[in-house]
Amino acid sequence: MKMLKAAAALLLSTTLAGQVLAADIDHPECIAPAKPGGGFDLTCRVAQQGLMDTFGKPLQVTFMPGGIGAVAISQFNTTRTDDPNAIVAFSSGSLLNMATGKYGEWTEKDVRFLATAGADFGAAVVQGDSPFQSLDALMEAIKADPQAVVVGAGGSVGSQDWMKAALLFKSVGQDPRKMRYVAFDGGGDAIAGLMGGSIQLYMGDVGEMVAHMGTNVMRVLAVMSSDRLGPPFADIPTTKELGYPDAEWTILRGYYMGKNVSDEAYNAWVAAFEKAYADPAFAALQKDKGLMPLNMAGDELVASVKTRVEKMRAIAMEAGLIK
Amino acid sequence: MTDVLSGLEAGFAVALLPLNLALVMGGCFVGTLIGALPGIGPINGVAILLPIAYGLGLPPESALILLAGIYYGAEYGGRISSILLNVPGDAGAVMTTLDGNPMAKRGEAGRALSLSAVASFCGGTAAVILMTLFGPLLASFAVKFNPSNYVALMVFAFASLASLVGKNPIKTLLGAVIGLMLATIGIDANTGVARYDFGVPDLLAGIDFLVVVIGLFGMAELIHLVEQQVTGKFTILPIGKSFVSMADLMATKWTILRSSLIGFFIGVLPGTGASVASAVAYGTEKRLASDGDTFGTGNPKGLAAPEAANNAAAGGAMVPMLTLGIPGSGTTAILLGALLLFNVTPGPMMFQTRPEIAWGLIASMYIGNVALLVINLPLVGLFARMLTIPQRYLIPLIAVLAFIGVYSVVGNPFDLFMIIGLGIFGWVLRKLHFSLAPIILGFVLGGLFEDNLRRALSISGGDWSILVADANSLVLYTLALLVVAVPLVLSRRKRMALDTEA
Repeated sequence: MKMLKAAAALLLSTTLAGQVLAADIDHPECIAPAKPGGGFDLTCRVAQQGLMDTFGKPLQVTFMPGGIGAVAISQFNTTRTDDPNAIVAFSSGSLLNMATGKYGEWTEKDVRFLATAGADFGAAVVQGDSPFQSLDALMEAIKADPQAVVVGAGGSVGSQDWMKAALLFKSVGQDPRKMRYVAFDGGGDAIAGLMGGSIQLYMGDVGEMVAHMGTNVMRVLAVMSSDRLGPPFADIPTTKELGYPDAEWTILRGYYMGKNVSDEAYNAWVAAFEKAYADPAFAALQKDKGLMPLNMAGDELVASVKTRVEKMRAIAMEAGLIK
Repeated sequence: MTDVLSGLEAGFAVALLPLNLALVMGGCFVGTLIGALPGIGPINGVAILLPIAYGLGLPPESALILLAGIYYGAEYGGRISSILLNVPGDAGAVMTTLDGNPMAKRGEAGRALSLSAVASFCGGTAAVILMTLFGPLLASFAVKFNPSNYVALMVFAFASLASLVGKNPIKTLLGAVIGLMLATIGIDANTGVARYDFGVPDLLAGIDFLVVVIGLFGMAELIHLVEQQVTGKFTILPIGKSFVSMADLMATKWTILRSSLIGFFIGVLPGTGASVASAVAYGTEKRLASDGDTFGTGNPKGLAAPEAANNAAAGGAMVPMLTLGIPGSGTTAILLGALLLFNVTPGPMMFQTRPEIAWGLIASMYIGNVALLVINLPLVGLFARMLTIPQRYLIPLIAVLAFIGVYSVVGNPFDLFMIIGLGIFGWVLRKLHFSLAPIILGFVLGGLFEDNLRRALSISGGDWSILVADANSLVLYTLALLVVAVPLVLSRRKRMALDTEA
């Protein structure tokens, strides 16, 4: 009996130690600012499973759809600015919305960026029998005449997908505003457009090309990353190695917190993520969720986000999307 | 051809396994109930049950058969609340209310439910047969259907709808314009500019189609019922023991056949689905029928057309998913996600690498359609008795279900206020004798029309001649012209004949 009590006490003290690590984080929560089932849901699931050991229980995932994330950011700037328990999922799409003022008065300065969940990368895709069998051939054509190629993707002008195309255009000194860009309703319709010949170049994400790798229907000319990716994408050249280092587009997935969160709570979360990054299980989790590893937390992420948003804002301003 | 037959044989061997047979039956039954609930349609039915199907640890073909059963079941079930309550169970069932509900009000709920079950069966089965025979061929045609062809298709749809419903053409047009205006709210799909959001972040993503349907139709109907109750005008609906007769089937057989074909072809096109298919089929049949002027007052043809079409479209939407790996509708996008979840790569390779899944699924569609007919016909009496539930219980029940349905899909409390607002708006429009269907169609077709027009013009760099540049478009424009002109010419000739006789 005594033994049991001692064991219980020991157990209790270790649990308490765990609690101290987690500062005043007593009911951790990840907010997905969208409907269930999308990319933000996935981002939260990574935190939910990846941080399970640290907190001793799964994070609660809450959905807060509305205004492509605007509803969540406005709540974290009004009523929950210092909530130590909650992290909110974001993506590069959210950063772009901050950069172009889609979230109204709230910008990247109004939240505290915490950590990443992983990444995906832009991809330039053509039909299997396209006249452009290499990125160089395509870029030559664009350089000669910006209207020569009809570009399409699943997002509107000014979206991430458009930005990817704009970066390619800028790499050969062309004005993205001269681009013939077709905005489809999602990647599926855009791929149909590519296969049907309505568009000649599809700006997608490399992750969604898994289903089409090894078929001759579509050809990924280049992935917009600085380093080669792992299989099954290892054979695809990167834009950087092909000589277009500025045409890099990372689809970042991660989390932010309210801007008035205490340093203690923020650092506890950063530590939790850094602990998870060191665990091989986290890499397996990322792979399982279709993400590629890109692990940054705390100041490193804050700095990275800052340069990304500045880059986005510059392109958007140049293209006349914002004044 | 022998490939098809041997594939189908192998498929039936998979689909007829006791487990898979039980799953397709169970899926169809649950799907029918899900479809019958206002607000919860095939998309959310499949989305909600996907994690459960995954969690059951079933082999991929079985899980997919279960989900597909739910999908067809929901398409069947959508008609039930359209007919009985004038509240569409899902988006594809909006047109079903136009003639289905008047039939129920005449005391022919049983006849309407059973006729529509048969029409759904024929539409669904025709789609599977066409898919089996011509699937890959059609899919390669469907991806060639470019944005300017979609523009022509929308013009055709508008033309066949021009005098679709309501006695007053001005009000029909005004309704369509209201629908168009609602469709412009939110971030513009082309330029990313926020339109008519009045600074409300919840409107940035636009108004969900479901919210418009449930608000304008569902809530408005409920307010109308409450009003009738309060003013004492409410009459209890008679419930005859009516059932579909052989004469009904003979009268509607060509309607069902034509609508099945229309529905299937529109369903195969990525980007257009059951709601466009049922609208075009309804408009076409109204034009062709000798008694077209009684459409909207409970004409069995007006009920059979959209039901055959929306089920055929549900089958058609599977074609690009299975053969090309491109989702043709929201629901097939979720099924596609399910395939990827099971590490199955959809597309042309699937018929070679995983034939048991591809052909098993197709075979399960044959079985599913038969199962749905068998499940639905005996239940007609039971569903029809729903109308005997006292209004004071029924109205709040429908309201609660509609709220849960909407919340489960979009998960944003703001949309619950939206459906109340749209409900009041819809009720006012009804008071002004507007028909609500043109608003919904304006909303759906208008959005597609605008997006595709702008896509076509982006492709051509602003050159409008792209709209008439290929044969597909020209055929559709000619059909649109015929649909508008032929009835005018015919009625003038009739009048001249009468004049000369006199």
